Amino acid sequence: MTLTLAIQKQLGEFALDVNLAAGAGVTALFGRSGAGKSTIIKAVAGLVVPDGGRIQLGESVLFDSQANIDVPVHKRRIGMVFQDARLFPHLSVLKNLRYGARFSDGSVTRGDAVAMAELLGLGDLLSRKPGSLSGGEAQRVAIGRALLSKPRLLMMDEPLAGLDQARKADILALIEKVRDVVGVPILYVSHARDEVLRLAGHVAIISDGTCLDQGAPQALLAGSGTAGLARTVRARLVLKNSSDGLSELSLSGGRLFLPQVDAPLGQALSVEIAARDVMLSLTPPEGLSALNVLACEITELRASGSSPFAVDVMLRCGEDALAAQVTRRSAERMGLRPGMPIYAVIKSVALAQTSGVMDVVAI
Amino acid sequence: MTDWLGPEEWQAVALSLQVASVATLVSLPLGLFIAYALARWRFFGHGLLNALVHLPLVLPPVVTGYLLLIGFGRQGPIGGVLYDAFGITFAFEWTGAALASGVMGFPLMVRAIRLAFEAVDPKLEQAASTLGANRLMVFATVTLPLALPGIIAGLVLAFAKAMGEFGATITFVSNIPGRTQTIPSAIYAFLQVPGGEESAFRLILVSIVVSIGAVLVAEVLARRAVGARVDRS
Repeated sequence: MTLTLAIQKQLGEFALDVNLAAGAGVTALFGRSGAGKSTIIKAVAGLVVPDGGRIQLGESVLFDSQANIDVPVHKRRIGMVFQDARLFPHLSVLKNLRYGARFSDGSVTRGDAVAMAELLGLGDLLSRKPGSLSGGEAQRVAIGRALLSKPRLLMMDEPLAGLDQARKADILALIEKVRDVVGVPILYVSHARDEVLRLAGHVAIISDGTCLDQGAPQALLAGSGTAGLARTVRARLVLKNSSDGLSELSLSGGRLFLPQVDAPLGQALSVEIAARDVMLSLTPPEGLSALNVLACEITELRASGSSPFAVDVMLRCGEDALAAQVTRRSAERMGLRPGMPIYAVIKSVALAQTSGVMDVVAI
Repeated sequence: MTDWLGPEEWQAVALSLQVASVATLVSLPLGLFIAYALARWRFFGHGLLNALVHLPLVLPPVVTGYLLLIGFGRQGPIGGVLYDAFGITFAFEWTGAALASGVMGFPLMVRAIRLAFEAVDPKLEQAASTLGANRLMVFATVTLPLALPGIIAGLVLAFAKAMGEFGATITFVSNIPGRTQTIPSAIYAFLQVPGGEESAFRLILVSIVVSIGAVLVAEVLARRAVGARVDRS
């Protein structure tokens, strides 16, 4: 079941104009708070009506401003897990769990609800009222309740916000279980990189109401610490701590020199390079202190989503992709265009181990 | 009690209970609707509707009664239509007393219910709709149960107001023993005749007992409503 959406929405000063797709597994909407992530999923749920555009889930069109389609919230069959759980305070946990079932096709029995409660570790809580649950327990019930309404898509809006570290780990494990056992596609909103890296197979980076980039979380998010444009390249450690303390990494299209690489020789490493840490030069740079220069080719130029004055320059270096962010003025002065050979001067990189732990290395 | 109360006094008590119950129950559906509209919907004329609902609270009751007489009298624009279509008469009938006391209690009922609706978090209603509940089901399964204590409070206020209504009732339907003479009208009438103080005093006691009883019953009902929700789960 694939979700595709292209919508616009003006909310006071804030303009949302976003275009993205989400397939099976977990797709994360990642970005700072206020970037427009929640507005996007509210639009998918039908709780916010876009000014224009189209939202489609699988075969069914949920919203199309041109065809005048706007499926009501209760007919969309999209499960929603809110940040604040939103359990019904007048109903028991069991009744909360079964609430959605009576509106779907009625085939969810008490037994199904109990089985779901077992899966979510809620067995002992069924007769309790939401008021007496902890934050983590309430969020479990909310997840179960959404799942039992048999949604075609499950959306989670920062479900871990407001939980302590231990509870967070619990719920993360639970969401992984839901992803792997229940198999419903999940749209997951978060501003926490570690959550996205752990859960998501696909990430869309949302900033200032637009989708900056989408792709594999490891490629887009590793190391950067901010939701900026970045690319990850594969490298192998070929020389460790030479006499001046630098290690050498070989890439498909060149070499990188980094200080203090703490890995065995021959180890495959992921190296993340943020677009704003890449300078471009038309000729092989001379008289620069920078050690790391890669010969590349420009594959694409596009308006930067993060700044109206910048251009994102997509590069190819051997088999790897790189991105650079330069000002519009520089791009014009240098006459940048696709297909042009160019030298990328790299100011710093981040090393990504397979475990997802990052060290930012300044060069 | 029939021995203790004279026949005329007993009539007044029975009629008052009948008038107040009918007034409260009949105005409840409209009260729920208007309270919900005022709490949740923004529409043209919102402020005007609010003012209109509150009008009986601020107008002199005699004015409300007179306006009802003009509007709902058998020759009146509304009363005439109702008489021709359904044979319903208001003026100088107990139905008129119910209408007058219903109108007078309506602002109190709407205020209490509106506050109860406003206290229900719309986010819970949103959650219910994402789970597949249409608007009516959201109202029936989330909004209404959560607002129930406030709705009961509104009913009791309206009932108490209806029991005690005097000005609009006596203007609209006069003070006819056995037909339109409610407890307050009867007390008034007894106080106008020499030697009526004793009857008046008995009715005053009855009003005090009924009023306290209504409040107690409402407490129990509200607690039952909450308790039943706990038990069923």
